[in-house]
Amino acid sequence: MAILTYREALNQALAEEMERDPDVFLMGEEVGLYNGAYKVSKGLLDRFGEKRVVDTPITELGFAGLGVGAAMLGLRPIIEFMTFNFSILAMDQVFNSAAKVHYMTAGKFKCPIVFRGPTGAALQLAAQHSQALEASYAHFPGLKLATPATPADAKGLLKAAVRDDDPVVIMEGELLYNLKGEVPDDDDYVVPLGVADVKREGTDVSIITHGKMVHVALQAATALEKEGVNAEVLDLRSLRPLDVDAILASVQKTNRVVYVEEGWPYVGIGAQIVDTIQEEAFDYLDAPILRVTQADVPMPYAKMLERMAKPSVERVVAACNRVLYRQTA
Amino acid sequence: MAQTKSARKTSQSGRSSNGRDAGAKKGDALLGLDKGELHAMLYQMLLGRRFEEKSAEAYAIGKIGGFCHLYIGQEAVAVGSIMALRPEDYVITAYRDHVQAMVKGVTPNAVMAELYGRVDGCAGGKGGSMHLYGAEQNFLGGWGIVGGQVPLAVGAGFAIKYREQDSVVLCYMGEAAVNQGAFHESLNMAALWKLPVIFIVENNRFGMGTAWERASSLYDISQKASAYDMPSAVADGMDVIDMRRVTQEAIDRARADGTPTLIEARCYRFMGHSMSDPVHGVYRTKEEVEEQKRKDPITRFIELLKDNELLTDEELKKMDAEILKVCEEAMEFADNSPEPGIEDLYTHVYATEDVHGRLFFDRKNRLEQS
Repeated sequence: MAILTYREALNQALAEEMERDPDVFLMGEEVGLYNGAYKVSKGLLDRFGEKRVVDTPITELGFAGLGVGAAMLGLRPIIEFMTFNFSILAMDQVFNSAAKVHYMTAGKFKCPIVFRGPTGAALQLAAQHSQALEASYAHFPGLKLATPATPADAKGLLKAAVRDDDPVVIMEGELLYNLKGEVPDDDDYVVPLGVADVKREGTDVSIITHGKMVHVALQAATALEKEGVNAEVLDLRSLRPLDVDAILASVQKTNRVVYVEEGWPYVGIGAQIVDTIQEEAFDYLDAPILRVTQADVPMPYAKMLERMAKPSVERVVAACNRVLYRQTA
Repeated sequence: MAQTKSARKTSQSGRSSNGRDAGAKKGDALLGLDKGELHAMLYQMLLGRRFEEKSAEAYAIGKIGGFCHLYIGQEAVAVGSIMALRPEDYVITAYRDHVQAMVKGVTPNAVMAELYGRVDGCAGGKGGSMHLYGAEQNFLGGWGIVGGQVPLAVGAGFAIKYREQDSVVLCYMGEAAVNQGAFHESLNMAALWKLPVIFIVENNRFGMGTAWERASSLYDISQKASAYDMPSAVADGMDVIDMRRVTQEAIDRARADGTPTLIEARCYRFMGHSMSDPVHGVYRTKEEVEEQKRKDPITRFIELLKDNELLTDEELKKMDAEILKVCEEAMEFADNSPEPGIEDLYTHVYATEDVHGRLFFDRKNRLEQS
């Protein structure tokens, strides 16, 4: 085990996978000479050369599609979006090409590609640079999607994605890149897709979440502990495939659920989780499930407005108290 | 605005600015191809024509569903260009893809079965007319979003260069695709990184019902290459020999050092945009279509071969009868192939389904899991 930042863990995963498999290459804006807009690819150009660490023009649709074509011929591209906000320009290639290659060809062609980059809001970047797009990407059959919350998961899930024969989307968090944590040194350390992780054991209420919001949930659980409430935090880690067994196990234990996500509420990830629980664990519920999400508006710039728009520890605590029918001051 | 050096070089290579009116001259008109090669080209053109005539019949009686875009009138483009390839080269195109697939080696049986939506189709009945594929034949499809296949072609070119091979990619698109951003993003990357992709714009004059001059500020499509410092050429898309000559030049450049080329193939669509669209109407007159049919690329090629005493009526008749038999057998094969069943619905969504957790979110899958 070593203590690494989330950024360093991703960098280690990229380097190890490129070392392991010569068909793996990294492509995107500023990934090479500039060492990555968020320095995730630092040092990779020096180590692997221009052939395998490819700086692109600002042409998201073009290089996303290029990656899909290269994957159809058997290469294993890792396509970096500087942020997923810019991936909106590339959605035709991700949704209409990558997600459908294997099905439309009845398995004649595979599409082993990774699309990765940060999702969600940072600080005061306003509406076009602050979007959490997990629900959009989770919507399409043919894609897989994971959202690592810790350095170890960042390494393990990215490595699983590179080794997977399907298109896998890895959504990182801009505000997570400096987060430190223990990361296994093993260059075969893989966190399988579809396996959730109980980040905090609890018995009174399940805070189910993914990505950056895992940390908001953990802070909320700490605050609740002071009030005598023992909250469980379940990090889904993958949104497709989804670890339904882990969700149901947690519901059966606590009988109360709050879902926390960075994206919008309408047709959000939480909506799907609520549907799954009501259909498969209805009798275990002691209260309606509540969701804490971004306000249903484009992200505002002003500091106070942005703060009000984002999910917060206070809102998660309040939601937990409501599903527990607790009177609070 | 002056053209770039490389674009100027090829545009000065003696091409008519209007390929449709350029006639093949006798003497140099056969590119040194022998009788067997020329007959093979005629065979592929006639096969494409007869196959699609049969497809139209099958569509009319409901054997083929959905969208079905016919290539009738444009056969010289696919045949002239693809037959200049080696087997290891790649082809990718849009949704008007039946003839490209067959010339690249996907069998008429597999194509017809796909049009019928049967399990023996080249995409197992999951693609249909617009999404034909051939893995062994290096035929990359078969894509339904206008311009969407163009970045994929550049990706194939990237993979070829990455592996230090000398294959090339032919990427077809209709003229309407050049107004999409994907076209421009792709040409830029292909030229910037010298990727061996030959972009063939099949200018059949109409994007559905919108004539080219109503859709583009620039009439001459080949000039768009100058924006990317890319060689370009105009080919007579109604002349299979001219198509082959122009494509061969581009292939030679691509094999030598990866230089991509933009080819504008001027041709004409004899049929409606798809089987559900009229042949003529508000956007073009019946007279215009009839006028263009007098330049039928197959008739024209037959005349050229006869003029050079390389084809007899007897040989033509025999070839046509053989092709008709192939088409009828393909229809019979398709008819006899089973329809896919419920067991096929969820297969192939993912290459790796052996994962923890749930990939599908509907009742069928839940029942299977319970």
